[in-house]
Amino acid sequence: MKGKVTVTINGLIVEVEKGMTILEAAQFLGFPIPTLCHMEGLSPYGACRLCVVEIGEGARAKLVTSCTYPVEEGLKVRTASTRVLRARKMILELLLASCPQSKIIQDLAAAHGVRQQRFRQEHEDCILCGLCVRMCEEQMMAKAIGFRNRGEKRSIGTPFDVHSETCRLCGGCMYVCPACQLRCTYNEPEKAICGGCENLTPPCIEKDPFDDMMCYMTPCVACEQPKN
Amino acid sequence: MKRDGRSYVVAQVDEREVLAVVAKHEAGCGGLIAILEEIQAIYGYLPEQALRQVAQATDRSLVDIYGVSTFYRSFSMQPRGKHRVCVCLGTACHVRGAQSVTEEFEQRLGIQSGETSEDGEFSLETVNCLGACALGPVTVVDGKYVSKVKTSQVRGLLDKARKGYAQSGNGEDKEAFAIAVSCPVCSHSLMDAGFPLDDHPSIHVKVSIDHQEGCLRLSSLYGSGSLASECEIPPGEVAIFRCPHCLAELTGADDCSICQAPMAPMAIVGGGTMHVCLRRGCPGHLLDLQ
Ligand code: FES
Ligand code: FES
Repeated sequence: MKGKVTVTINGLIVEVEKGMTILEAAQFLGFPIPTLCHMEGLSPYGACRLCVVEIGEGARAKLVTSCTYPVEEGLKVRTASTRVLRARKMILELLLASCPQSKIIQDLAAAHGVRQQRFRQEHEDCILCGLCVRMCEEQMMAKAIGFRNRGEKRSIGTPFDVHSETCRLCGGCMYVCPACQLRCTYNEPEKAICGGCENLTPPCIEKDPFDDMMCYMTPCVACEQPKN
Repeated sequence: MKRDGRSYVVAQVDEREVLAVVAKHEAGCGGLIAILEEIQAIYGYLPEQALRQVAQATDRSLVDIYGVSTFYRSFSMQPRGKHRVCVCLGTACHVRGAQSVTEEFEQRLGIQSGETSEDGEFSLETVNCLGACALGPVTVVDGKYVSKVKTSQVRGLLDKARKGYAQSGNGEDKEAFAIAVSCPVCSHSLMDAGFPLDDHPSIHVKVSIDHQEGCLRLSSLYGSGSLASECEIPPGEVAIFRCPHCLAELTGADDCSICQAPMAPMAIVGGGTMHVCLRRGCPGHLLDLQ
């Protein structure tokens, strides 16, 4: 079912391919939309809400996540309206509050002019963006980790918190994680904030295995500690 | 859960038993929840070993099965006590003091919610809304719903559970469900405290059948079925109910699921509707709590 649809993005009337998401269309046209839980090659998930854009007009205008919203005929999209910018800033402020140690979130917040922290910092290890879960399932064909529990207790990990037989220690989950300290850019030490690379002991060593640090591997490639 | 000195046993999982359950549900597609429910019915909880077997037998990944079983509150991953106490902490129950009821249970049992007592007798759980908000705070003890629970009742409930709800007869059941209703048309209360039935104010409606008219009083205990009527309604006949205040006929869209006669709706004070089958002697009734 190939075809073209006409959409208006930031006042620009363009024809784009049917089936594209707003995000893909906007990026194709060069309009930047920040994303966090979106990654090419993984199915869209819509967890972080960072990619919000405004669609529709007047009283019917609403915010949607562009990474999950397919383009449709006559759609009017604004990627940088006041409302979008305000929502984006708030989302970043909240993300920053739950994961202040994440380099990626810090950078995004700085780039979008978040200059204050009104919320209590939680120092979570995870923002539940589901990147690692999708990476494990869709690219690594392993399905070693997944979501568990619900609501407040929702977390990501292996079933029963023990090493999963399907895990091949590929490290893909850590590679895609935007919140994980372990991955703080080891190769660019001057940019790293956590100091993990200056420190000879990886930061996970003193933590509970399988609990913190989003590390599900045994032995872990970073700390080489067997977990039990 | 208390880990030390527990006297309740971690179930011995029988692979054939698990496979039998899986086989039963494999015919239809999906059905993971049905499988898990049945396994929980056998062992009282979902043993790790059983989940692994289910994963293998159904070709699902363990991650998915684990995700589903931890998502739902009614699935337990840990062995539970003989008696299960489940306190609703949903919004409606919460504002009516469910928190202090929970604390009372915790204190009496010496455990936190989500735990099982040392002797393996009681498990205490909480849920967020049982869908009976008008009756809150609601607590389920061994599958028995108790409405409007007060902290002073907690001890009695535990004692009753120890003795076994099964033997304590129907009386308890009735106590649990006294309802107050009003006319769905004029919202006038239909309760008549001057004419108690089963020790509770009765529900007062006008009944007409074969040109006869009279007052009918129904017990407000849900499921009780006792009534007092001024005019004779022969068994099996279908009567017409009217509100004694606005004289509107009480009719609804629903028919009785047992005898297909029309049902009379009554608004439950606090939300929801009760439908009563209009056929004399038919036990059909429906509680519709929104
Ligand atoms: S990138 Fe669209 S919701 Fe996260
Ligand atoms: S809040 Fe308790 S039943 Fe709904």
